[in-house]
Amino acid sequence: MRTDDLVTMLATGAGAVPPHPVARRYVIGLGAGTLGAAVLMAMLLGPRPDLAAAIALPMFWVKTGFVVSFAAASLFPVWRLSRPGASLAWVSSVLGAPVIAIWLLAAVVLIRSDATQREVLFFGSSWNACPFLIAFLSAPVFVAAVWTMKGLAPTRLRLAGGAAGLLSGAVGAMVYSVHCTEMAAPFIAFWYMAGMLIPTAVGALLGPRLLRW
Amino acid sequence: MQRMQETDRLNAGEEKLRNLLLLGLAGDEPAYHAFLQELSAHLRAFLRKRLARLPDEVEDLVQESLLAVHNQRHTYDAGQPLTAWIHAIAKYKLIDLLRRRARRDLLTDPLDDELGLASASDAEAADARRDLGKLLTQLPERQRLPIVHMKLEGLSVAETSRLTGMSESAVKVGVHRGLKALAAMIRKDA
Repeated sequence: MRTDDLVTMLATGAGAVPPHPVARRYVIGLGAGTLGAAVLMAMLLGPRPDLAAAIALPMFWVKTGFVVSFAAASLFPVWRLSRPGASLAWVSSVLGAPVIAIWLLAAVVLIRSDATQREVLFFGSSWNACPFLIAFLSAPVFVAAVWTMKGLAPTRLRLAGGAAGLLSGAVGAMVYSVHCTEMAAPFIAFWYMAGMLIPTAVGALLGPRLLRW
Repeated sequence: MQRMQETDRLNAGEEKLRNLLLLGLAGDEPAYHAFLQELSAHLRAFLRKRLARLPDEVEDLVQESLLAVHNQRHTYDAGQPLTAWIHAIAKYKLIDLLRRRARRDLLTDPLDDELGLASASDAEAADARRDLGKLLTQLPERQRLPIVHMKLEGLSVAETSRLTGMSESAVKVGVHRGLKALAAMIRKDA
């Protein structure tokens, strides 16, 4: 087939592209992924038993604010990396802001607390399960994020895979925070981050293979 | 002064191409045709410069990039410079091609390609122009028939639906998936 014939073939009957095709795919993909994570959490872990009382505590909202804002922030690089040639300016600031906020809070909490208390603030009672449960809950979101991106056009596959992993980790952490009873900033600043970085690493590793188009 | 004129010319070219694409995305077929036509010349120049050592591959890659631009046209954001979008796609397909070749050469004899010049005539058979028309015939019916009737014969969705007995939405999905499958076949066979 000559190139001119290909051009004619592609143009014939091409029709209009529906409005907001990218946003639509995101809503479908990430909606399904988040729902999957929520169902997994509800079935296998369940919400924390003291949820009704916990929502009266300010620290509950600090924790929720961190996981929600970080999940929202991690949409940004995914959004950018799924379009060819889109600029990555501001990505590190957007991602960095919530992380720096929780780290600062963790540092203040550790500095102002008693030396004997610090170990409890950092390790809590679930440090050895938390990162793995976050990574586990991120799995359905990861599948959805890869599906979403693959239908667009990522051109930097390793970065794009890492971004998809980070987003799924952040949504996994958001869902996990409904189950988790830990409330200390140092715990969240370290073990939640560790949990989110597991799918990030997996995404960066598999990105070139999974996202090729 | 001369340089300024050149950027002006480039900007004017980009502006024109961008307008054609935006019209095309809104459903203006002649504008979209003109966009692809100009784009293929632009891609040819862009890829020829970067594939100087593999001139036989240029036209195949132009076609592959055109197909990629078409299949992924919904990812163009009107607020983004068009050249950045197009060059990112073309570069992506170029790197993909080089990787595919490297992998293939690894499996055969790496020395052949190291010698570059000497292998030009040997390579001819292997690199014979890929025929998209031929690849098209390998698609399953539900994708091939919609493409043949709609994209090659220029029939409408309704006419294609009547001819094939497929529903109108199945016809549209068939075209869309068929063109994506075509891109996947190119990726696998090279």
